[in-house]
Amino acid sequence: MVWFYLLSGIFLGWSLGTNDAANVFGTAVATKMVKFRTAAIIGSIFVIIGAVISGAGAAHTLGKLGAVNALSGSFTVALAAAVTVAAMTKMGLPVSTTQAIVGAIVGWDFFAGALIDTDALTKIVSTWVLNPIITAIFSYILYKGTMFLLKHVKIHLLDLDMYTRILLILIGAFGAYSLGANNIANVMGVFVTANPFKDLNLFYILHLSGTQVLFLIGGLAIALGIFTYSYKVMKTVGKSIFKLSPLSALIVVLAESLVLFMFASESLAKLLISLHLPPLPLVPISSSQAVVGGVIGIGIAKGGGRAINLSVLNKIALGWVFTPLSSGIISFFALFFMQNVFQQKVYTPVRYAITRSCENKLKTENLWDPQLNTVKDSVFNSARDFKYTLLLKLKINKKLTERIIHYAEVYPLKVDNKKVDKLDIGWFGKDRILALKKLESTIFLHKWQLVDTLSKISPSWRYKKGTSLARLYNRALKKRYEKLFIELKVPYDSIYETIKNEI
Amino acid sequence: MAPKKECIVFRVFKRTKELEAKIDEFLDTILQASLEFKQGIRYYLEENFEEFSKRAELVDKLEGKADTLRRDVENKLYAEMLLPEARGDVLALLENSDNVLNIIADTILGFQVERPKIPDFIDKYVFDLVSESTASVEEMVTTVRSYFKNITAVRDHITKIMFHEKESDRVGNRIRMDIFNSKDLDLAQKIHISTFIEKLLSIADYAEDVGDRISIYVIKRLD
Repeated sequence: MVWFYLLSGIFLGWSLGTNDAANVFGTAVATKMVKFRTAAIIGSIFVIIGAVISGAGAAHTLGKLGAVNALSGSFTVALAAAVTVAAMTKMGLPVSTTQAIVGAIVGWDFFAGALIDTDALTKIVSTWVLNPIITAIFSYILYKGTMFLLKHVKIHLLDLDMYTRILLILIGAFGAYSLGANNIANVMGVFVTANPFKDLNLFYILHLSGTQVLFLIGGLAIALGIFTYSYKVMKTVGKSIFKLSPLSALIVVLAESLVLFMFASESLAKLLISLHLPPLPLVPISSSQAVVGGVIGIGIAKGGGRAINLSVLNKIALGWVFTPLSSGIISFFALFFMQNVFQQKVYTPVRYAITRSCENKLKTENLWDPQLNTVKDSVFNSARDFKYTLLLKLKINKKLTERIIHYAEVYPLKVDNKKVDKLDIGWFGKDRILALKKLESTIFLHKWQLVDTLSKISPSWRYKKGTSLARLYNRALKKRYEKLFIELKVPYDSIYETIKNEI
Repeated sequence: MAPKKECIVFRVFKRTKELEAKIDEFLDTILQASLEFKQGIRYYLEENFEEFSKRAELVDKLEGKADTLRRDVENKLYAEMLLPEARGDVLALLENSDNVLNIIADTILGFQVERPKIPDFIDKYVFDLVSESTASVEEMVTTVRSYFKNITAVRDHITKIMFHEKESDRVGNRIRMDIFNSKDLDLAQKIHISTFIEKLLSIADYAEDVGDRISIYVIKRLD
């Protein structure tokens, strides 16, 4: 059954492989600088490596937008995005998998009554606009630099051809890696929260986390797309959309790959933080739009402003609005059908309650509002209901509401040493596991309770304050907490009595 | 024993270097033929026909060698799908350079077969004309090399080709004026000599055509 649900993700991965691989190897193959077989093999290998090793960053941001927490929901969301992509491609409209999946997730948020993380949404949408602009700037600089170099370095035409071929393959590999790292979030991001896979040890050499197994499957689907159908797309893209010389194509692909990499690499973000620079958001972006940006950059470098084709820009802007809108609507209605016609659980309700411990916490944090007494005996079945009650009925201000929602989220956790023993001690650290074991059989109603308790009993579970290095440490610690939340979660019904006592 | 397998990068590198060497050899051949041609005409004007015949034979052989090299380079460019963008230009360049050599070979063959009688009073000018024409060929060869290796130098060489072509025109017109004004030569001899002057002039003209083409190819490459 799990595989059936994954089918829509695999379909989405396949269509990404057919379309987006052309943005990396299109011109190289169309101009016969690189053979299709070579491009397909290298492209597939590096897409998979990129997805498995570096896919987590962009997927995390997408997860923040909407943590689709039931497999049927993930299936429907991915399907809605895939259908939108397929339909719009068929209609000849510009489409990007990234924008389709974001729309579909927001559709799920509406349906499930989950809160839309406006910060994450703003981050994602602003990146869409930034993406072609940054790529254009990169390709402009790279083009000018290359031309300067070619004028001053004596290089034989045939040598240049040879180096271009070698670089097209090397940069193509980097491009495929970045595509995998950045865009796997589009394909498998919605399955992360409802991920059915356990950690996997391949021949005791390679350890893959459950998410990485999921990304590996997504990567394989993309590879399948590259092998089965991308040749046709490469021919079209390479010849009609942007007819470039192999050298210009090389520059465009390099600029595109750099941008995809920048918006996917956690290591780069860490480096920027350690240099006291603001990190770039890790967000899935559209490789097609990056390519258009790259071509425009070269156009400006060659001939000034007339190179900018306004109709192309209009099409991109239209894509930003039209694609997420249509996939959002499709997703919403598809979820409705899935739930009411096929009787599938498309989301796991997240409950909110002002429990006694939550009340105490709010009081110690100076967030308590006496009006909250009126909702103390209620359990809210969705974030939206809870938010509207706080905002509209109790007239609590927006900022405070957000913090109350954070503390009131009911996320039942139970420390079970059998589960703790299965955790990767190398990744978590011995101290942390020992501290965790001391809490055997303890039940927590809220995530923050576990964090507070662990911080009290062991310094290894404490967040640090201050410097940018501390920010890096905190990020890593947060990941471990998130893993813990997934592993120690217990069903709401199993701790119903505890909740009743707390309210 | 099975053939030793080479690393793909090394193979590509070796193939490229071999092709570059072949193009260089082709251009060397044109250059050598041009120098032998000049030397041959000098012997002809000195009426040392034995040496002249040796040079004429050598030019003929070089022309054959250049043809083989050109075909080989063209086949390799196509078969291995090299230079997808500039391939057409390179092919045209090689063929037009080869045309210049064909005219050189054709002209020296004409001298050998028809043995035109060059009167003493234009000997010096005819040699000047040959010198200018072959100088334009030498510059053409340098221009083609620059197109491949040092694109910024192309412009200077093209200017030199144009200079030599103009000079050869000037000398050629002077010779034709002299022979048609001469009262010692009959009309048949005048026309015969004039045909050869035209052939010598066409060498520089063709070399200039190659230069003109290269100037366009350079724009394409730098665009």
